[in-house]
This record gives sequence, C-alpha cells and structure tokens, in this order.
Amino acid sequence: MPRPGFVHEVDRSTPPVLFWRGENFSLEKLPAGRSRVIYPPEPLKALDDIDGAIVHALLNPHGQDPLPAQLFPGMKLTIAFDDVSLPLPKMRTPDIRQRVMEAVLDMAAQAGVDDVHIIAALGLHRRMHEYELRHALGDRIFDAFHPRGMLYQHDAEDPENLSIIGTTDHGEVLEINKRAADSDLIVYVNINSVPMDGGWKSITTGLASYKCLSHHHTGETLQNTKSLMGHRKHSALHTSIWRLGMVLRDQGPTVFQIESTLNTDMFPAPFDFINKREWEWTAKDRATYLGTTKALNRMPTRMARKMFHNIEAPHQMTSVQAGDTELVHEITLEHVYRQQLVPVEGQTDILTLGIPYVCPYNPDGIMNPILVMCMGLGYLFNMYRNKPLVREGGVIIMTHPTYREFHPVHHPSYIDFFEQVLPDTTDPVVMGQKWEKQYAEDEWYRHLYRTGNAYHGVHPFYAWYWGAHGQQHAGKIIIVGGDAPTVRRLGFTPASTMDDAFEIATDVVGRAPTITHLHVPALLVADVT
Amino acid sequence: MRALQVDKKITKLGMARVLSALSPAAAAKVGPLDLVSIDPPALPGDGWHRVHTHLAGICGSDLATVEGHASAYFDDWVSFPFVPGHEVVGHLDDGRRVVVEPVLGHAARGFEPPFPGAAPGDGNDYAHLVTGHLEPGIQIGFCNSTCGGWAPEFVAHESQLHDVPDSMSDEAAVLVEPAAGGIHAALLTWPVLVGVDRPVVAVLGAGTMGLCAIAGLRRYVPNVQIIVGARYPHQQSIATAFGADIVVKPDELARAVRRASSSHMVGDYLSGGADATIDAVGTSDSIAQCLRITRPRGRVVLMGMPADVSVDLTGLWHRETQLVGAYTYGTETMPDGARRRTFDLAIETAQACRLEQLVSATYRLDEYEDAIAHAASAGRRGAVKVAFDLRPDAAKHSTKASS
Repeated sequence: MPRPGFVHEVDRSTPPVLFWRGENFSLEKLPAGRSRVIYPPEPLKALDDIDGAIVHALLNPHGQDPLPAQLFPGMKLTIAFDDVSLPLPKMRTPDIRQRVMEAVLDMAAQAGVDDVHIIAALGLHRRMHEYELRHALGDRIFDAFHPRGMLYQHDAEDPENLSIIGTTDHGEVLEINKRAADSDLIVYVNINSVPMDGGWKSITTGLASYKCLSHHHTGETLQNTKSLMGHRKHSALHTSIWRLGMVLRDQGPTVFQIESTLNTDMFPAPFDFINKREWEWTAKDRATYLGTTKALNRMPTRMARKMFHNIEAPHQMTSVQAGDTELVHEITLEHVYRQQLVPVEGQTDILTLGIPYVCPYNPDGIMNPILVMCMGLGYLFNMYRNKPLVREGGVIIMTHPTYREFHPVHHPSYIDFFEQVLPDTTDPVVMGQKWEKQYAEDEWYRHLYRTGNAYHGVHPFYAWYWGAHGQQHAGKIIIVGGDAPTVRRLGFTPASTMDDAFEIATDVVGRAPTITHLHVPALLVADVT
Repeated sequence: MRALQVDKKITKLGMARVLSALSPAAAAKVGPLDLVSIDPPALPGDGWHRVHTHLAGICGSDLATVEGHASAYFDDWVSFPFVPGHEVVGHLDDGRRVVVEPVLGHAARGFEPPFPGAAPGDGNDYAHLVTGHLEPGIQIGFCNSTCGGWAPEFVAHESQLHDVPDSMSDEAAVLVEPAAGGIHAALLTWPVLVGVDRPVVAVLGAGTMGLCAIAGLRRYVPNVQIIVGARYPHQQSIATAFGADIVVKPDELARAVRRASSSHMVGDYLSGGADATIDAVGTSDSIAQCLRITRPRGRVVLMGMPADVSVDLTGLWHRETQLVGAYTYGTETMPDGARRRTFDLAIETAQACRLEQLVSATYRLDEYEDAIAHAASAGRRGAVKVAFDLRPDAAKHSTKASS
C-alpha cells in the first residue's frame, strides 16, 4: 500500500533536503522549527491489465454509446492526441497513447472505417520530431499512417484548414482544425498529468487556432486564474475554455474523450533517490547522490541535458475512462487528486522550489530563462487547491542555474522575447498589449512553427502569462544559483546560496519567516486549508 | 620641445604588437612611441600657420600605430619619424582658436584642387599625398614635415583650419574631427536608402566613431531607423541620447535588425536586413557580422580601420552587397542635393549634441603610457574619448581622476 503524501516539520534531526538545480541537484538545510517539507504521495499501483482496461473503457463509456457503436463504414474519423509536452519524463514504451490508439484503430478497422486521420494536438507547441511521434504512437501506427499523410500535426496558422464552430456568449470564437470539425466523430486520446489538463481544454486548445487561443491565453486571464490546478470556478482560464467547450458540444462534431491518469513513479534507477524522502536514503542512495552530483558538476551542461532527456520514466497508467467529455473528466480529476493531493494546513511566508531540467515546453530541449519562470511560477507555484502555499506578499525562492541559453530551433521567438520584450517590461498585461501582435504576425516565426520544430511566435508570451498569478501574488522572487544578469532581466533577485536568499527575503517577510518546500518530484497538489 | 614621436623600429613594433594583447600600458612602454625632444617644425611656405595644441585626441588609428597593428599599407603613405595627433584643437600665433582638418590635401601640398572649393579630402587621385614639397603623409599626425597634435606645436595649412566658435569648449572642439568622420560614414549610407520608406541603418560599435555616426545619421539622414550594437552601458545610454531608436548588445544586433526588417534568419544570415550597416569596429568578425545583417544590394560602410582581415565573401557575392570604406571627410552631397563641407556639419553637431560629454579623461604628454592604456581599454573602463591636454593649466583641466 503506497504511503500518502505528508507534511514534514523540519527539526534538528532533519537531513538536508533535495532541490533540483536544472541539470543537477543540491541538498539544502532548512531552518529547524519553522520549516516544513511537503512530500508527495508514493506512486499508486498501476493497473494490472492496462490493455484490458482500455478496451473496457471503450466498450463501457460514460454518457455515450460504446465506441464500436459509433463507428460505421464511410464515416470520417479523426483521432487527436496530446503532444510531446507530456508526460514528463517521457514514459517507457509502449506509451499510453499508442496502447489507446491501437485499441481504437482495431475497433475502427473492425467497423470498416477507412477514412481515419490522426492529428497531434499541438496547439501552438512545436511540431514533434519523427522519433517523438514514433515514441508516442509506436512504429506500427506511424508507418501505417504517416507515409500516407493520415498522421500529421495540427497547424494553428493554416487558414485553409481551420473551421469556425461557433461563438460563446462572451464573444469567444471557437475555431479548430477543419478536418476535426468536419468529422463524424473525434476521438481524443489524452494523458492527464496534472489537474489543469484534459476536459474541454484538450480540443479547444490542442486543435485551436491562434485567434481562438488568444481569447483566454492573456495576461489578464492568467492573473485572474486563481487556481490553475484546483477548482475550475476559480480559474478564469478554465471558465473561458469551458464556455468554448459548450460551443463545441452544442455545435460541433461528436467527441469521444479518452482520458488516462499516471502514477508518479517518475525516475528509474539510478535516479530513484530523487523520489525518496531524504531521511530514508540508504547508504547506496547517498553514494549515488554524491557520485551523480559530482559527475554532473564536471559534465558539460549539454551532455547532462542529453542524459536527463534520455530518461524514460517507469510511470504507468492508474486509470482510463472514456465517453462524454465532462463526465469523463470529473472521474479523471478524482484519479489525479487520488495520486497527487496532499492536505496542508495554512500558508507560508516563503515557498522554496527546486526547478528541474524540464518543463512541458522543453522536451529534448533547453530550459531557457523564460521557461524557468514558467515552471516556477506557472506550474509549481500553482500546484495547490483552495489557496496558494505561499501567502500573498510572501517570497518564492527557486533554485536553478538560469543560464542565458536557448534552443535555437525550438525557441527562436523566446530569444527575441528575452532580448526585446523583457528589457522593456515584465508585466504580462503590458507586454501583451504592446508586443504580442508583433510576435504573432512575424512571418519568420510563422514559417518555423509551420514547417520546422519551433514553438509559435507568441509562445514565450504564453509561458510568461502562465506565471502571471504567481508573479502578482509574491512580494519577492529570488533565484538561487542563477546567472545574475539573466535573473535580473526576469525581474527577479539573484542569490548565490540558499542562506543568502533567506537573508534577502527578510526585507519582505521579517527575520523568522515560516518556510515551506515543495518536494518535487513527484508531482503533488497541496490542498491548502 | 618635448613631443611624442613614432619611429619605424621593427623590433619595437613587433614587441608592442605582442604585448598589446596582454597589457596596453606595457605595449606603450616598449612600443615605437617615445617622448623625445625635437625642434618645432619649420613653416613649409605661404599659407602655413603654427598651431599651438590645446587638446589632442587619441584615436583608434593612433592606437593601431603605437601598438604595432597598423597595416603595412601605410608604409608608403606616411613618413617616419612622425608625431601623431590628428584630432586637434589649438590656437594660432594670432590667437585664433581652430580645429584642424588634418588631411594634407592638394592646397596644402601646392597642387591645384580637383575642383574649386574642394576640401582637403576630396579628389580621386592620391598622388599628391606622397609628392609635393612635404614628406609623404596622409594627414597631419602621420607626416614628418608637419609634426602633429601630440606636441606643443605643429604646422597646418590655411586650407585645413576651421575657426572654433567662442561658445564651443576645447573639449567639444577636439571631437569635431571624429564627428566629421562619423557624419561622413552616415552620409555614405544614403545612396542605398533613397526611396526606402523607413530605412533601417545598423551601427555596430559605439566608441567615439560609432557614436558620432549615430549623431550624423539622426541629424542628416531623413526618417532613418537606427539600430545600434553597443557593448557597454555608458555607450548604450549615449547612443540613445544621440538618437538611436534601438540599442542592444552587439550579439543581439542581428536579431534586432531581423525584427526591424521583418526578415527571416537563414543560417547565420538574415534573408533581408538593414538597408545599410556602419561597421565602427573594423575586425574580421565585425565585417562578417555586418555582411550577415545587411540586406541584398544593401551597403556596409566600413568606418573602423581594418588591417589584415579574413572574411568569407560568398554572402557578399551572392547578395551583391556593397562594401564601402569611410575614410575621413570632405565635401558631402546631402540627401536634399545640397553640397556641404563635412567639417561644417561636424562643428554644428559638436555644439548641438554637446560632444564635450564624450571626453572622459585627459592626460599630460609625459603621462602617455597611462593615456594609451586608458584609451586602449576605454569602453571597458567606462570612457569614450581620451585626450592629451597641452594647455598651460592642464592640471586644472585634467579629468583623469574622475574617470
């Protein structure tokens, strides 16, 4: 029986706590008597018969007829799937998407459906490389569909292949992939890594146009998204997305939503010490930690990055459910919370976060400074339900080298964003009004997004907007171990050590603040009361 | 009189060249520049005047000479030993305060000017620079016959003298010569800007010359969008004050130009780029960078003095880029067709832009090792122009302590 997550009160016997520092780690001693560490629940047991569970879900959907009953010869079937942004790290093959999709395709073949298109639901993310498509879908699907042009990636900038479904009562236009819009049935294959994902968000963002996304991917909306991972009614983002979902439900094609959840078994040996509680480290774990950090210290960052991105996680499926989007998603959220929720009493003055080498927007790439902000303030800060872990006006301390380095193929517009926009403003609302249009209409970015492997021109804005609430909420944001000029350009304060950071934080939170460390990995959602 | 003099001593030039990479001060110590006692130069003839130096700037070409980096090209165009110093303000025996247009042109050497009213730098044949009644020398400061500004006095021809307005300080006046060079480079961009609605001109480098080019672009080239790559914060802030629209670090210049010109980036090159680029650095890397960011059939104006460089010119060939040198000044054709002397424009600019703010430090002649070291690392040390102060009350004027 896996142990639930818990809150450890730091005392004098508590060993130093593990922090991510990009492509490395550090152990930090937290002050006794006023610090606590939130540990995630241990990984839930995976389903025994994953393929059987998938078939069962397809044959016993929620609120809809079984999938085979919805398939018929001559129909247009579109299967869309979550892209490379999750799960993190990538999972060992076979990927869940492959297993689900093979089951769907078997049923489609049995029903005589031959007009099947498979679309990577990229939104404005970068196109997946062939090796990534093969990893997610398997060689069999790739080789059967890709050469015939029936497996491809969504293009949010292709006016010929976008279609307007309708408009919400708030004036939000739902414009999605034309093939999906014209289909008799859309099957969406999702992996729900965090509570933010899934539901109507899958199609209304993954298959949407830039115009459609720009209704809710704004600085204002994200500042008003007070709970990205918790209750949907507190999320302006999800409220807008659900309005668009209603338009899709009422005016669009039928959607057969397949959602799955994973356990949090994220790192295999020899990195499994990362998942453990420090006082339970064995001598072997300590030796592995020491050996790993020493080796990483000497290794060129490029090599360390490659090593980490090559990790294939042992995490595995804990649930799969299919059918009506809303009914399915409610069940999915229960499973996500079952794995990730940790009850926490009260907020803290200082929240500490170790920022890893990866976030949803740099698989097989570089964690550039904007993504450090996005991961810290957009993701980890938001891993709460009810209220943030850190009190309003408190301090967020992150650890990351924050090197000024960008992946030139994946993140071309991020470089310009860093050089042009951030020196002008770090305010998400101001930058949206002043700069986003230029980046949206830049023909070079458009070309690279559509034909290369680049994130859309406005994506750095979206990454920045993701941290808008955290940025607004915190009284000060400090990065330990980061390149000082780069940290300053982000609008944050650099510190060389954790002790320095605590000293700097005293200006805002006094001399004896409470401190909470969010122990990642694995993923957890703090249920703060 | 005591003067700083450069002699052609191969060993010293070689040692200076080697040492300059490690320590500009050491290079100055062992190099071809020495403080020596010499006789004041004789007046070469009618129309010549004795100029008593007030301030004399240290220019990039001076540094190249004393550090042994200057090209062998100049061996036949100068005469050793010579006293450097071509950025000069001083006074004549009759008390007139003047700045010197240092090019030793036709009139100074006793030849007919190429056209009536020509400036010393005008003309399409440079034979006069090595003939006539003077020793060879492209300018005062490189000619054995005239001496130069790094001495208490030297000689200059009437055709080279420009009166300094009473309201202009010596510090502003000593910047007139480099300002003229910058303005000349700025105006050399104009031919490829004609008919472009909102032309983009990039300037790489923001030392004295780069900053003066920015001022020249803003004042004399209409409707131009100026994008500057400047390494140091003080350079960035002066570039902005002089009218640059966008100022970035040099390694951010390509992307800034790409954005302004709505280009793609294809490998290291922009698909389009700046209509013209002024290279105020003059190295292999800077020339290559300028070629990469200038649009096809655009123009690279090479203002920084290069020596031996190694550049892949395939891009220049493919894009039909014009690579144009910008040496000194003369008579300009303005965008409206008017003809103006560059030095007149420079005097206006020195006043309007308060160029005295560029003089960061002054030294006495006997402090030349420190002065050269300071000038060689001016940007890094937060300075722009370093000059020698030969005024009798130099100590009172000295600004080195504050730099």
